[in-house]
Amino acid sequence: MADDVLRLTMHQAAGLLRGGKVSSVELTQATFERMRAVNEQVNAFITESEEEALAQAARADQMIADGEENPLTGIPAAIKDAIVTKGVRTTAGSRILEPFVPVYDANVITLLKETGFVMVGKTNMDEFAMGSSGENSAYGPTHNPWALDRVPGGSSAGSAAAVASGMAYWALGSDTGGSVRQPGALSGVVGLKPTYGRVSRYGLIAFGSSLDQIGALTRSVRDAATVLQAIAGHDQRDSTSVPIEVPDYNATIGDGVKGLRVGVPREYFVEGMDSDVREAVEKAIAQLEGLGAEIDTDVSLPSTAHALSVYYIIAPSEASANLARYDGVKYGFSYDEGGSMWADMEGTRQYGFGEEVKRRIMIGTYALSTGYYDAYYVKAQKVRTLIRREFDAAFEKHDVLVAPVTPTAAFKIGEKTDDPLQMYLNDVLTIPVSIAGLPGISVPCGFTTADDGARLPIGLQVIAKPFDEATMFRVAHAYEQSTTWHEEFPPL
Amino acid sequence: MTRTATRYETVIGVEVHAQLLTRSKMFCSCSQPTPESPPNTHVDPTCLGMPGAMPVINRLAVELTILSGLALNCEIAAEAKFDRKNYHYPDLMKGYQISEYDMPICTNGWLDIEVDGQTKRIGITRVHLEEDTARLQHAKDPSTGEQYSLVDVNRSGVPLMEVVSEPDIRSAEEARAYLQALRRILRYIGASQANMDEGNMRCEPNVSIREPGAEFGQKVELKNINSFKHAFDAIKFEEKRQAEVLDSGGTVAQETRGWREDIGEAVPQRTKEFAEDYRYFPEPDLPPLLISREWVEEMRARLPELPDAKRARFQEQYGLTAYDARVLAESTARADFFEAATAGGSAERAKTVSNWITGDFARLLNAENAEIQNARVTPESLAALIDLQEAGTISGKTAKAVFEEMFALGKAPGEIVKEKGLEQITSSDEVVTSVEKVIADNAKAVEDYRGGKEEAIKFLVGQVMRETRGRASPDVITELLKEKLAEKP
Repeated sequence: MADDVLRLTMHQAAGLLRGGKVSSVELTQATFERMRAVNEQVNAFITESEEEALAQAARADQMIADGEENPLTGIPAAIKDAIVTKGVRTTAGSRILEPFVPVYDANVITLLKETGFVMVGKTNMDEFAMGSSGENSAYGPTHNPWALDRVPGGSSAGSAAAVASGMAYWALGSDTGGSVRQPGALSGVVGLKPTYGRVSRYGLIAFGSSLDQIGALTRSVRDAATVLQAIAGHDQRDSTSVPIEVPDYNATIGDGVKGLRVGVPREYFVEGMDSDVREAVEKAIAQLEGLGAEIDTDVSLPSTAHALSVYYIIAPSEASANLARYDGVKYGFSYDEGGSMWADMEGTRQYGFGEEVKRRIMIGTYALSTGYYDAYYVKAQKVRTLIRREFDAAFEKHDVLVAPVTPTAAFKIGEKTDDPLQMYLNDVLTIPVSIAGLPGISVPCGFTTADDGARLPIGLQVIAKPFDEATMFRVAHAYEQSTTWHEEFPPL
Repeated sequence: MTRTATRYETVIGVEVHAQLLTRSKMFCSCSQPTPESPPNTHVDPTCLGMPGAMPVINRLAVELTILSGLALNCEIAAEAKFDRKNYHYPDLMKGYQISEYDMPICTNGWLDIEVDGQTKRIGITRVHLEEDTARLQHAKDPSTGEQYSLVDVNRSGVPLMEVVSEPDIRSAEEARAYLQALRRILRYIGASQANMDEGNMRCEPNVSIREPGAEFGQKVELKNINSFKHAFDAIKFEEKRQAEVLDSGGTVAQETRGWREDIGEAVPQRTKEFAEDYRYFPEPDLPPLLISREWVEEMRARLPELPDAKRARFQEQYGLTAYDARVLAESTARADFFEAATAGGSAERAKTVSNWITGDFARLLNAENAEIQNARVTPESLAALIDLQEAGTISGKTAKAVFEEMFALGKAPGEIVKEKGLEQITSSDEVVTSVEKVIADNAKAVEDYRGGKEEAIKFLVGQVMRETRGRASPDVITELLKEKLAEKP
């Protein structure tokens, strides 16, 4: 089968499936052929599940024959390895979970299985979602399909790279501080982070529990809306998932932007931002204006600069507790040469966790310690409230905010690994949205040519009010449909 | 200079953990295990601490805590929250325990206790919810001698309610009374079985001593206490030990000691090299717990009559002594039995019922280690038994025998009396015949009696009783004997 079919959006492929032009088994086989051809270079997967995928595809073909109407049915998809899948190894990119095969499905997986989706594998990621480049994986770095010596962004590195390179039509990721939007931008695909509480976290391996949210990487905004439609909603096993109605996104996605009030917060055009990125985003904003949106560039979110500090206290604090369960006693990697129970538990963590994870556990442990708790954790929570209020105020006058996703395009593998702070700065434009629990989406909005000649994608970020993903999709879709950036495919 | 322990005042605060009577665990839908449950049969991803699993608050556990708080005169918070208490131990599945740190459900209450007839009010600092840990079983490989530990996760996530008292307790006697009063209340409201020996109520007294009026001394936390007696003995031991330390010029170390029943001592437990920092922070997986005033009032309406109120009412309504009222109000089952058997009867009747319950009935229950609610004797059958005795159909002695039958077999008293022919002889003809026979057969005793030895009549009464197989009233027999013996021979 021609690779062309692998470049389609989920909706396009679903049309072929329902038209009887191709079967899910054929799409799945073609996907695995593609994986065999390019995954060695991209390293997007930690675990491939071909046997299960083909069985799912056969079932999906039956569902389609029976007239099932879900666009996800039979479409090959990839799942970030932070989401537990019953019977399929789930490592969270860590050595400490290397042999871990979950006994249960995450809530999102249960919902997706009902649609008859096909899971081709578990994607590579920064260990426990801690990273912005995909380099912090115990299973090797993921490479950007647009330039293999560059990072695809992280932490949902493999999910973004798989969708960009035709190894999956769409993928689930998780976003704690930008881990879906940022790799979406750097890999040239759509990256959706829903409102905190929109999607159940039950079965998402926790990093920063008050920030984590499952999202999607897709080839179109409509595909992202379709995935969200399938996985959104209250789940009684996740008390932080919110019991409010999920609207029909497809019904309003084509409503256009005429009359919508679009704010452009000036703090998001940071110092040191790449001029091509700035230009591409400004052009995108002009394009939205041309489509009838009311653009207001006089918007200020003054606490934006503090979001990074707040994030690097709250997320590691929560992580220090969330990762305490990995002690080698119950599951996963277990060190047994310590000579005593305590030494074995320590050895498990010493050899099971990577450097960045250990760094963040230490930061979090420190921030929560007696004598520092008020100065760090409590203060960070107060600033978090300030950041939320600033967004609330901005949304009194605006329907959505638009901004860049990252200050620069994809950087080279190894370029920032020695400087954690430089690495952290890559998330400076996505973190405030996470801190405030808002929905955000990254849409391809152009390319830049790097010094070495690499052509690298740029992303536009659309941010909406809590639980107003519908308006966010309208804006992102209107923009996307007026451009051709999303139709480009990496030269791989 | 001679010093004695009596110059010190003992100061005690008690932390009690009670396992709540919910069907499922604190944060997942697993059913609670029983002591007989095979290891690791009441587990799911949440209580196993599996990656990605999340907690959900058990509503009934919150309600039982609110009920307990109301029964202990606490303020019920409008907003409470759960926190993570972080520490590493192989029995702690998540590496943190979900507990409530600075915003507990209940605060600022009190509980009245009675010691030597004196009532004393003990402050309740707080009542909060948390989860239990798994259990470690240590074993040794018989062939290699290698030691290993097994983890049973059944108890992980079992709901525990912690009740913390103010340091208002001043003696082992008061501590015991406090624990008993607390247990009574928890059982009354159905919050916990509160059996210390089964481990569903655990207590940790903090004991210090000081010269009266001085600052609090260094406190010692006592653990491994599995009964009221252990609590009492451990506190007695500790106050004496601390006094000896101070008297010999030493200082009491702040430490944890474990009670060793076998040697009757509280021995230091392994001390940590540094103070544990639990790094509490709000549990991000659980939203704040909002407790509406309507909910609190709904709970208040569900509160049963509490022990102290019941005691007062029993004294008032049935004219019982303070002692009887207290014994009857010890449990709702006993109190309910008493009221059902008395069924609006007179004070005299109430006293009779009380005597049965606290006397023969209690003795038989104790012998079987049984509870009144499981007895085969019903309030109706006890009432019927008392009716038979009051009507003179059976004697008091017969009644006791009949009661034993009722207790053993659950039969109705009327049935037992009829089957065994135990009705008291009311026709005096039969008694007169027996009396005449006994007088004729026991010339020596008759002679003694007539010779002025009045004691001899007892022997003769006994003989008549035997003749009538206990069915005749001793009073009637005595009267008839005296009458006959007064006649000329």
